[in-house]
Amino acid sequence: MLETLIDTLFLKTHNTRLVVLGVTFLGAAAGLIGSFLLLRKQSLLGDALSHATLPGIGIAFAVMTALGMNGRSLPGLLLGATITGLLGVLGVLAIRRTTKLKDDAAMGIVLSVFFGLGIAILGMVQKIPGQSSAGLESFIYGKTASMIEADFILIAITLTISVFVSLLIIKELTLLCFDSNFASTEGWPVLVLDILLMGLVTAVTVVGLQSVGLILIIAFLITPATAARFWTHQLRHMLWLAAIIGAVSGWLGASISALYPNFPAGAIIVITAAAIFLISMIFGRAQGVFPRYLRHRQLQKKVGRQHLLRSTYEILENSQESKPLKNLAIPLELLRKHRYWAKGELSKLIRQARAEDHIERQPSGELRLSESGFGEASRITRNHRLWEMYLITHADIAPSHVDRDADMVEHLLGAEIVHQLEAELELSKSTIESPHVI
Amino acid sequence: MNINDFHIITVGVLCAMACALPGIFLLLRRMSMMGDAISHAVLPGLAIAFLVSGSRTSWGMFFGAAVAGVLTALFTQWITKFGKVERGAAMGIVFTTLFAIGLLIIEQGAGNVDLDAGCVLYGALEYTPLHLVTLFESETLIWQIPHAAMVVGTTLLFNIIIITLFYKELTVASFDPGLAETQGFHPKVIHYLLMTMVAVTTVAAFEAVGSIIVIAMLIVPPATAFLLTHKLPVLIGMSLALAALAAILGHLSSQALPTLVGLPETTSSGMMATMSGFLFLLAWLFGPQGLVKRNTGELIEPD
Amino acid sequence: MLPDHPPEFPLAVHDLTVAYHRKPVLWDLDLNIPEGKLVGIVGPNGAGKSTLLKACLDLIPKTSGEVLIYGKPYEQQRDLIAYVPQRESVDWDFPVSALDVVAMGTYRKLGWFKRVGKAQREQARAALDQVGIGHLADRQISQLSGGQQQRVFLARALVQDAEIYFMDEPFAAVDAATEQAIIELLQNLNARGKTVLCVHHDLATVSRYFDYLVLLNMRIVASGPTAETFTRENLHKTYGGKLNLLDDVAEALKNIGR
Repeated sequence: MLETLIDTLFLKTHNTRLVVLGVTFLGAAAGLIGSFLLLRKQSLLGDALSHATLPGIGIAFAVMTALGMNGRSLPGLLLGATITGLLGVLGVLAIRRTTKLKDDAAMGIVLSVFFGLGIAILGMVQKIPGQSSAGLESFIYGKTASMIEADFILIAITLTISVFVSLLIIKELTLLCFDSNFASTEGWPVLVLDILLMGLVTAVTVVGLQSVGLILIIAFLITPATAARFWTHQLRHMLWLAAIIGAVSGWLGASISALYPNFPAGAIIVITAAAIFLISMIFGRAQGVFPRYLRHRQLQKKVGRQHLLRSTYEILENSQESKPLKNLAIPLELLRKHRYWAKGELSKLIRQARAEDHIERQPSGELRLSESGFGEASRITRNHRLWEMYLITHADIAPSHVDRDADMVEHLLGAEIVHQLEAELELSKSTIESPHVI
Repeated sequence: MNINDFHIITVGVLCAMACALPGIFLLLRRMSMMGDAISHAVLPGLAIAFLVSGSRTSWGMFFGAAVAGVLTALFTQWITKFGKVERGAAMGIVFTTLFAIGLLIIEQGAGNVDLDAGCVLYGALEYTPLHLVTLFESETLIWQIPHAAMVVGTTLLFNIIIITLFYKELTVASFDPGLAETQGFHPKVIHYLLMTMVAVTTVAAFEAVGSIIVIAMLIVPPATAFLLTHKLPVLIGMSLALAALAAILGHLSSQALPTLVGLPETTSSGMMATMSGFLFLLAWLFGPQGLVKRNTGELIEPD
Repeated sequence: MLPDHPPEFPLAVHDLTVAYHRKPVLWDLDLNIPEGKLVGIVGPNGAGKSTLLKACLDLIPKTSGEVLIYGKPYEQQRDLIAYVPQRESVDWDFPVSALDVVAMGTYRKLGWFKRVGKAQREQARAALDQVGIGHLADRQISQLSGGQQQRVFLARALVQDAEIYFMDEPFAAVDAATEQAIIELLQNLNARGKTVLCVHHDLATVSRYFDYLVLLNMRIVASGPTAETFTRENLHKTYGGKLNLLDDVAEALKNIGR
């Protein structure tokens, strides 16, 4: 079994080779174009579009049969699908522009009505005497048992053109997705660009219909792009990543499904993509849930550390008259009373500070900063006071409100900003008085 | 027209009206596509329930559907909030994945029984008269209705009751969730209540019209009514009327239209969806805000 | 060419009416904006200030009337115009950097299919420097503060080297530093003879920032140099309750044919 899988993955098995290749290519194209769809906030348009292709397929079958051709010839069916698909999308745009109905309603209307019409037409068409229309339904679920070479070539060409076009107008599409009003004032034909984008989506959808099926091509257009977003903040990288994720989902999914021929390939592919999405959502470096949580924890630690050190420093200042400040031990009780600490927070911060070598061991009930800790505390307190000064002199905030604002912002101060502040306040003292009573 | 047609139309009308009711609030909350999502996503729920219970029409189905509906809403919400993903994309990911899982379960476990995915999706309205239940039996009179009609009729009744009970909560929560929250109406509960209604209605209808056609009935009659009026009670009444009309016209045309082109009849459910679209088109072109009446230069309030 | 609207005016608006669902929002506007002024457009909320801007830029359709830029229709004069929209009009989570956004101002000159190159990036950086956030060029826009985002928009307009600048509420909810930067930018443009139109919400600062005013409440209440236009009487007419008559007419129009 494993050998079969590996053989399929590496395209050694003849009858699955085309399928796996085709689906991989499809995944890449869908990932790329789906990214623009996501950024344009029109992800579900793929859903409406794919449903809208059904009447076209039925009509194409009927027409071709009536003309005496093979009713199931793929290019003909796909042409029919494209025409009604595009009509559907135009319908969505039209409803949006001319009625008070919003996006969701417009898409839902087109989706359901066209699909219903498609079902009705298929119902009629299936009863045409003399022609077999079995397999038209495979457009709904996908059937990748095998792919004949002619079909593969058609798919490959369509996808190549789509990818090429989208890369050609990448900056126009970016502008369209980001700020369509600005694009309009700059003379870019927003409607044309929108329709172009829809055309690209249509191409991918129609081609994907017969591989992974109508309902599941939607997933291909949405999931890889959404997954990619979690890993990067840069558009180019997102596009690449979406294509790769789409390709991998297709590749893995098609290969696995070759092992279990009675499983719809589309289903396995979608689940693969969803698994990648889930991993991305949780672990993706740029926006994933877990990294965000870690960053938040880090910030909290930083904030807590600064609170601890600054409080210690201020207590030292209060208890000593002469300068320079001596680094003495202070009773813990004083620290506890100095500011508000959440339950258990103070002990946790002290542990953390010990681990960072900012605090030295002392008899219980007392706390003493290490040499490095003392230097750090001095620096932090100075920054804090500088910032307070700045807020007061430049932002007209009553002094008693200052501490809270400074508390939040100062934790992000870096050396460069500190220099700036000093320059602004024209100070050269090594320590600064607190502008309000501690 | 014979008694069968009458049965079919009855089931269709009840279906359409049952769907239109929750559909109105989906429309108002700009969540129409959620109806689409849920009707796809109920598939795994149905499949599991079917496998477990072994029969196609049972309470298990409704339960499975309700669970699937709530899960869809939950997962979508979760992904939108925690993943900070745009709502439409989140919906798309959730329902396609659930649907794929459902397909797998069906092909896997039920390949030999009559839970054919196609049937689930677009139903077989024409067969409903074949499955009748007796409502009333006496010496001289037997009153039978299709089983589907009973199921859908009951669902319709439930929907009416829920909407009546929660009328003001639904209205407030749809219009202004913030206000609803401060008034203690728990818009979240209302939200999941609505989703459950959609899921249960979907399942009730699937025997007759299939879950995909349900979307048409959820969205199109309310949207059509929306083009004609903005007063909520009138909107509700009109949605029901339009839904019923679409069902009737749908069945009649499914018999009549194909013969015009020399073909035998076609699926009623497909034509019902088409007819609802046709009514929408009429309202779009000729309604009070209709395209025909308007001159250019009138614009729609921009988003 | 229109009489009363000679072509030396950067912006000429003739009989402009804009209606939502048959209820007029802008009513029979007639306006000539002279060259080289810093123009503030003020009025109460819902008075149509944004609508005026958008109608001039063809972003929303006009029910009737014409807009001319230096005597010619807007479509022929796009090179002379730069637009700074409201900040809320875009999604700031979009995966681009400040530099990318500013570079979008160079797309038109680049034309179709061509990529953004070194020259464009340098122009963008220079513009960002001019508004004081050159050091943030490579930062993702989601990591910028509101004021910094506003300055990114301004830099994008700068890069276009236009003659007329349309700005929609550039001062809304910005910090003091950004406010200062915007003022300096406006004065710089003014010194170079450019015309700037700003929709502005804050009456307290209007007379400080702008040397020409348009008081708008569905129709032009008054327009002209600030000193002459910013009078108590005019303000009362714009903001006070004397608009009832016009409102009633608008309501009545809406109900015809119901």
